Amino acid sequence: MTSSTQELHLQSLSELASTLHSKKASAVEVAQHFLQRVQADSTGAFLDVNPEATLTQAKASDARLAAGNGGCLEGVPIAHKDVFVTRDFVTTAGSKILANYRSPFDATVVQKLANGVNGQSGAGMVTLGKLNCDEFAMGSGNENSAFHAVRNPWDATRVPGGSSGGSAAAVAARLTPAATGTDTGGSIRQPASFCGITGIKPTYGRASRYGMIAYASSLDQAGPMARSAEDCALLLSAMCGPDLDRDSTSLDVATENFSAKLTQSIKGLRIGIPQEFFGDGLAADVRTAIDAALKTLEAQGAQLVPISLPRTELSIPVYYIIAPAEASSNLSRFDGVKFGHRAKDYTDLVSMYKQTRAEGFGEEVKRRIMTGAYVLSHGYYDAYYLQAQKIRRMIADDFQQAFTQCDVIAGPVAPSVAWTLGHNASDPLADYLADIFTLPASLAGLPGMSLPVGFGDAHMPVGMQLIGNYLQEATLLNVAHQFQLATDFHMQSPQGGSAL
Amino acid sequence: MSLTTLDIQRIANLARLALQPDEEARMLDKINNFFGIVEQISAVDTTGVVPMAHPVDAMRNSPEIALRLRADTVSEPNQREANQQSAPAVENGLFLVPKVIE
Repeated sequence: MTSSTQELHLQSLSELASTLHSKKASAVEVAQHFLQRVQADSTGAFLDVNPEATLTQAKASDARLAAGNGGCLEGVPIAHKDVFVTRDFVTTAGSKILANYRSPFDATVVQKLANGVNGQSGAGMVTLGKLNCDEFAMGSGNENSAFHAVRNPWDATRVPGGSSGGSAAAVAARLTPAATGTDTGGSIRQPASFCGITGIKPTYGRASRYGMIAYASSLDQAGPMARSAEDCALLLSAMCGPDLDRDSTSLDVATENFSAKLTQSIKGLRIGIPQEFFGDGLAADVRTAIDAALKTLEAQGAQLVPISLPRTELSIPVYYIIAPAEASSNLSRFDGVKFGHRAKDYTDLVSMYKQTRAEGFGEEVKRRIMTGAYVLSHGYYDAYYLQAQKIRRMIADDFQQAFTQCDVIAGPVAPSVAWTLGHNASDPLADYLADIFTLPASLAGLPGMSLPVGFGDAHMPVGMQLIGNYLQEATLLNVAHQFQLATDFHMQSPQGGSAL
Repeated sequence: MSLTTLDIQRIANLARLALQPDEEARMLDKINNFFGIVEQISAVDTTGVVPMAHPVDAMRNSPEIALRLRADTVSEPNQREANQQSAPAVENGLFLVPKVIE
């Protein structure tokens, strides 16, 4: 073992891959290094670790590296948001109703990042464990986890964002070099912003949803969270691709090598600045950081174009009708029969269902199931659900209108930096309103990402959002990478998060 | 428009959720708060707009993108034991539920 062990957690994914390929460290040594950091975690980012399983995977990676047939990220560790089902680790989706649940299979995204699907080779990554999240990915601060909250490594009194809060905190604290997340209404972008890391939600349908526990099926999308756009490009290239037999909404679009497309100059690139993202609701510290970032892009040759996304505010009620409607249907499978928790006391089948669900689900999940059942019920369907779907189309059309004037759209990810734990506890509506800038792209199904562009009040990270047209992930990643070549916000790491 | 406790009880039954009275009260309060911001959608003129159920629907201008059905053939092997490993109650490969027929 070389003396560089203590630096492993500061290496980028490509550096780690080359460390492994050149045998400077073995996959087992790399896994042990990160497992030790996870042991010393003070953020609560992990829900399950299984060192035995991790080291077994690492040994298999070492064997492939020795045989010279390793994947592109062979032996590099990753941790998965707990909504991806895994055979080797417990999968709970942050819910008591799935406490101790073990899936009989691995999600497609998990397989692709590890050994591959159906004999096709995968990236070869080693799984460190499962990451905390809001229950069924419903939340914006990770405080809706049924197990425990996650602390922001930049300030332990603040939330890491949500719902992929464990993923963001773990990457920021360098407990893992990479993580998966899922984004339904901003759940990759917003925690990435709050924790000062980079994350991308690809076009809806790019990454398979097979084995991703469903929240709102027409919105849910998997994506990578890591330090830099370069790292995200490597991960996203491995995660995406058609999964036609297992996911009916998987796009039949060939796998793309995003890493090969990070070399474009952004000279002449038209960046749309939606006026609705810069209104009174935007905190001054966030605005200052975003304005400075836009100046950097301008200095690199990009052209800022004012645009309008007139229905930005409407995206809040539209999303919080559509997502709960889909959730109320998706979560009907948790009935105490096929898997998960079953209540002990009941009188008949229906009371068994009702007691089981009452005991198993947390308050926010119950609220969304109730809201969803209501907007779908007889007499309200047209006024709420159907009307929301119509406005959803108008929101998608607004983006197409905007993309006639610009190549990408830029703005804040969230109206403020990370708030303090418990701040929104009695007011779920405050959480909903804070999703305002991420919801529009989600409703349209467009790719969006967050990259760290500075610090706001109390030295909390600020993320900038980039939104592209359908299948334009390469453009987003390239713009982010060009920005990161000129800045070092993505290289800064918090003091907190791990005792090591 | 405001919901009432009766609405909450009716929806809870539809959603198969047993709510305690204090939970009902909180639920009523929070859901009514939320519907306070929902009402603005009724003011939007959506005449002639086709509802969008799905993003793929908005990507239709790309020829390679279409919703599809897979062939109606058996593709998964029988994995009854693996699939039942997390079930609360099974016997002889069957899921057990409370008696439904006398």
